[in-house]
Amino acid sequence: MNTDCSWLIENARLIDPSTGLDRIGRLLVVDGRFAGIDTSDGDVPAFAQRWDAVGCVVAPGLCDLSTEFGEPGREEDETIVTGTTAALAGGFTAIALSSNTEPPIDTAASVEFIHQKGARADKCRVYALGCVSKLQLGESLAEIGSLVEAGAVALSDGPRPIENTGLLRRALEYCGMFDRVVFDHPEIASLSKGGVMHEGLEQLVLGLSPIPAEAEDLATSRDLRLVEATGGRLHLTSISTSGSVELCRRAKSRGIHFTTGIYIANVHMDDSMLRSFDSNCKVSPPLRSQEHVDACVQGLRDGTIDIISSGHRPCSLEKKMLEIDAAPFGMIALETALAQVITHLIRPGVLSWCEAMKKLSWNPSKLIGQTGGTLEVGKPADFIIVDADRKWKVDATSLQSKSYNTPLNGTELFGMVLATFVNGRKRS
Amino acid sequence: MFNPSAPTVPVPHSLIDAPPIPDTWKHQHLLGLQHLAASEITLILDFAEHLHAATGNGRIKLDLLKGRTLANLFFENSTRTRNSFSLAAKRLGADTVEFSSSGSSVAKGETFIDTAKTIEAMLVDVVVVRHSSPGTPHMLAKHLACSVINAGDGPHEHPTQGLLDILTIRQHRGSLAGLTVAMVGDIAHSRTARSNIWGLLKLGAKVIVCGPATLVSKNWEKLGVEVSYSLDKILPRCDVLNLLRIQFERQAIRPFPSVHEYTLLYAMTQERIRRSKPDILIMAPGPINRGVELTPEVADGPHSVILEQVTNGIAIRMATLWLLLGRRG
Repeated sequence: MNTDCSWLIENARLIDPSTGLDRIGRLLVVDGRFAGIDTSDGDVPAFAQRWDAVGCVVAPGLCDLSTEFGEPGREEDETIVTGTTAALAGGFTAIALSSNTEPPIDTAASVEFIHQKGARADKCRVYALGCVSKLQLGESLAEIGSLVEAGAVALSDGPRPIENTGLLRRALEYCGMFDRVVFDHPEIASLSKGGVMHEGLEQLVLGLSPIPAEAEDLATSRDLRLVEATGGRLHLTSISTSGSVELCRRAKSRGIHFTTGIYIANVHMDDSMLRSFDSNCKVSPPLRSQEHVDACVQGLRDGTIDIISSGHRPCSLEKKMLEIDAAPFGMIALETALAQVITHLIRPGVLSWCEAMKKLSWNPSKLIGQTGGTLEVGKPADFIIVDADRKWKVDATSLQSKSYNTPLNGTELFGMVLATFVNGRKRS
Repeated sequence: MFNPSAPTVPVPHSLIDAPPIPDTWKHQHLLGLQHLAASEITLILDFAEHLHAATGNGRIKLDLLKGRTLANLFFENSTRTRNSFSLAAKRLGADTVEFSSSGSSVAKGETFIDTAKTIEAMLVDVVVVRHSSPGTPHMLAKHLACSVINAGDGPHEHPTQGLLDILTIRQHRGSLAGLTVAMVGDIAHSRTARSNIWGLLKLGAKVIVCGPATLVSKNWEKLGVEVSYSLDKILPRCDVLNLLRIQFERQAIRPFPSVHEYTLLYAMTQERIRRSKPDILIMAPGPINRGVELTPEVADGPHSVILEQVTNGIAIRMATLWLLLGRRG
């Protein structure tokens, strides 16, 4: 009988990627849980609040697997409070936080810390990713059993690649015992070391240090071979090259089980953006040339790429004000990711709403073993209301994130999140 | 017509000596040659020759830029470029101030932008910046109100070097059109190569980049440049050779087995001079490594115009300063 978490959302275009539903209807939420679609008036409790969502899309809340905040250790970039506020503003109801903190999340106690901070912030759902290796050094396995016991939903050394092939093999074998997925950012560091941008014509002209595509291709190839050999569970967090897309496509067609992710920036931004020397365009994986971007879009279209992540990596202003060589990698994206998907994938017809929401919500939720990505009756009512046609201009300073590092500042995007609900409560 | 009744007012020599800046010149900064038009490049070359003559080949100090201040902001070692800018400013009557810092600003704890803003707050009119990171002059141009001149940003551009190289060729050949100019050596890490390539292509020269495959990308062909790995093959066709320094300090993994092997393949020797066109020009942006890119006999020989390049550097920098500062009140 809770008014603030009971809703009747009317006249909405309902999207449910778990069932393929895409039609106009009304969604009932009672006491924080989904209670049905197009239920009869008699079943609508009198205490439910009504929301006329005519012209809007209603879909499950988004789930991000690549969110990096600075807490603990780099609170100047983002805290769990500011980051989860940004997440809600962007339509994310669940985030799996990167283990890349100071110290890294490599003990049960640090997983507990993330959970407590997340609960205290009381915004969206916060999950912890545990380290694959102790201190993310890539030398020996972290206490993965303890991390999982404490609640780590998956294991990741991200954004660092797992360079040590022997370690990756052990991690895939060992994590299998706990039915957890190993995340890897595919990159051979000896090929990319010191690099700032994608190697190619743009890079040649700008004279910036190169990150060649084969640094990723080789790592992807190695990772897939190890999955095949060990039967372990692997998620490639962030592919960006045509070579990777092709390797993943072939591996999937051979029946190898793994998942493939991409950061939203690599879906529509290319290396010509570096002409501005804007350090906000310095990201990992780097913005690639147009043929790689096209290959990634094709990979999204044909299902080779399962998951779209934000790649949210905040950097405080003073860090990004450095020379591009010295500035850290990263851009923020939690508050723009959905609009980027709408503008660059849904509106041009690359993905349907259902397909897009599958990659933003249903697939990532499943991967970390959490409910989400569905409007199924009885499940926690995590959902969003989006005005998909509303155009807005990105103003970095007015975003909720503590950092401003987005190259999209000043650009126009379609799709505004009007409301984000967690457990049926309107949180943004 | 001579009019004896006209008053004989003494004309300040700044008016006599200053070439008028055309309305078409719109630039506040000189960041590179990639985005300059051929006509703008020619204008700078013409002004350089004009001002060189007006200063009596360096013996007369003008007061065209009296009261203006140039700040040299060098984050990488340099003697010739820094002194060349200082001399150019002084010959036009401007004051100069020197700032240098080795390495990145991170090490010092002050951001690069803050360093530059501090210097601008001393009311300078133009900042000349050299830095190991590409794009730093562009960053300054965004953050500062004064003019910015790129004196070398990592491997990206070094426009005044490109201009002085081109001026030197033009003085010997009259025109760039139809000439074959080869840049030899470490193309990958060379800002001089990039600035030369843009300028030479715009003025109608044919450009060859030549060096070991690890330092010469095939991608240059997409920009209309010929790529060669053999100096001996291209030698008979070249009108000009610009011999670039091997930049050991920018190379993570040594891109060729040894200096010995490099000199066998790419060093300009007397023997190679004999297989060249009789009027070939030998250039080098310096500092030169005698015995690596070229032998002392070639460096000091009749084909070498290396020291003329240095002299022309001051002229080009005077022209640049005049174009950027001459019109502002």
